[in-house]
Amino acid sequence: MITLENVTCAYPGGKQVLETINLHIEEGETVGLIGANGAGKSTLMKALLGLAPYQGKITIDGQELKRDTLAEIRKTIGFVMQNSDNQMFMPTVYEDMLFGPMNYGATRKEAEEAVEEVLEMLGLAYLKPLYNHKISGGEKRMAAIATILAMRPKVVMMDEPTSALDPYNRRRVMETLKKISGTKILASHDLDFILDTCDRVLLLGEGKLVADGKAEEILSDGALLERYRLELPLSLTRR
Amino acid sequence: MDAIHEMASGSSPIHRLSPGAKLLLTVSFIMIVLSFPKYQLTGLFFFVLFPVIGYQVAGIPVSTCFRKLWVVLPLVCAVGIFNPFFDRKILAVIAGVKISGGVISMLSLMLKGIFCLMASFLLVATTTIEEICAALRKIHCPKMLTALLLLTFRYVHVLLEEVSLMTDAYHLRAPHQKGIHHSAWGSFLGQLILRTADRGSMLYESMILRGFHGEFLYAENKKYSRLSWLVAGFVLLLMIGARLVDLTALLGSLL
Ligand SMILES: Nc1ncnc2c1ncn2[C@@H]1O[C@H](COP(=O)(O)OP(=O)(O)O)[C@@H](O)[C@H]1O
Ligand SMILES: [Mg+2]
Repeated sequence: MITLENVTCAYPGGKQVLETINLHIEEGETVGLIGANGAGKSTLMKALLGLAPYQGKITIDGQELKRDTLAEIRKTIGFVMQNSDNQMFMPTVYEDMLFGPMNYGATRKEAEEAVEEVLEMLGLAYLKPLYNHKISGGEKRMAAIATILAMRPKVVMMDEPTSALDPYNRRRVMETLKKISGTKILASHDLDFILDTCDRVLLLGEGKLVADGKAEEILSDGALLERYRLELPLSLTRR
Repeated sequence: MDAIHEMASGSSPIHRLSPGAKLLLTVSFIMIVLSFPKYQLTGLFFFVLFPVIGYQVAGIPVSTCFRKLWVVLPLVCAVGIFNPFFDRKILAVIAGVKISGGVISMLSLMLKGIFCLMASFLLVATTTIEEICAALRKIHCPKMLTALLLLTFRYVHVLLEEVSLMTDAYHLRAPHQKGIHHSAWGSFLGQLILRTADRGSMLYESMILRGFHGEFLYAENKKYSRLSWLVAGFVLLLMIGARLVDLTALLGSLL
């Protein structure tokens, strides 16, 4: 589904953020992207969307990321941003949810159906008429996720989906993730969350992909995590 | 600003007029008001009725407009402030007070400014920015311009949000101050620009990631009143009539 070959990222005028990353993600996998603050998680995700400068080759759903495939690829990958305030811009949740599908060519009727279906699946029907500026942070995060799912993307990518959420809303996000099918890439340093939701983990450290493997294996390797400024998930230390 | 979002998605008869019709009326109103000669104050007075009735029907208190736009009011009023000094020709004497041409032209400039402000605010308060852009696209306004309009609107929104956040943060750590001390203006402004630019670009990314390409298909959702254009035509005729015939003076002469 997603292949990176020798991908290197550097911001103009800045030092190199990511160095020769090679990886492949199969369709249907749920992959956790972990690393300390500043490790380059967001940068890697943005590169996949053509929003961060990179060198090397990125292939998504059989298409190489290029200027003329950009629109198609952005339709394939739904990206839930770290800050929902920057993601939602229409007056109401409902209008925000219609925005994506209609821009990607759905008729109003199709878009409305998609929106209803997603709201139903996530149990969020009550959010539909609410104003974006009047809902709580947790509801806004759920609404942002719903907004992306309404586009029916093949890949869902989320940047720190549990940051700044209370335990209840964190749990809601986790349950939602289990409900949605397709390929998922989740960036986080909330390792308990990653352990709970992901099969596979990619560890970024010092600009490199330092580990790639089964979630339980990497997340239980205390020495490895510590070397890259992370800590064992709480649920593993208790045992 | 958020309140404007909310006002704009209300459901009064004015909200239900098609955005194109409202845009036409607003633009015509502004053009007609501005077309009044500088000494013709009486005819101009009558035009206050259009926005005032508009606010009434829309269920928005006229005062909201002035509360939201108080920052620009002095600017609007300052436009003609020097006229009385330059133009001292006496045009009328009311109760023994000589009124010069400068005073009259100053008043008429102020009124024009205020009326235009009232009309524009009414449009923005009863029509979402997307609807306005969609209407503009329908009359083949270039994508570049509508996208610019939309982004400017969003940017102003972000700007106001950040100003209020930063002012709160400042006052929490400077409890005994009114306003912001001038020594902090530089860094305040610098921070503001960086933060809003950052948020603005993220909002833009969110738009293009969800397929925004300059069209506003998603905005044409409401069932607009079928009478929109009829109403607009009628009001437009009224406005033209009121421009040609000085109704205030006519009423005055009848009394
Ligand atoms: N727009 C940018 N311009 C320059 N440097 C940036 C930019 N965005 C991020 N960086 C730098 O890239 C590095 C990785 O950042 P990021 O991908 O946001 O990390 P993470 O999401 O893992 O916390 C950091 O050192 C950060 O300072
Ligand atoms: Mg990040």
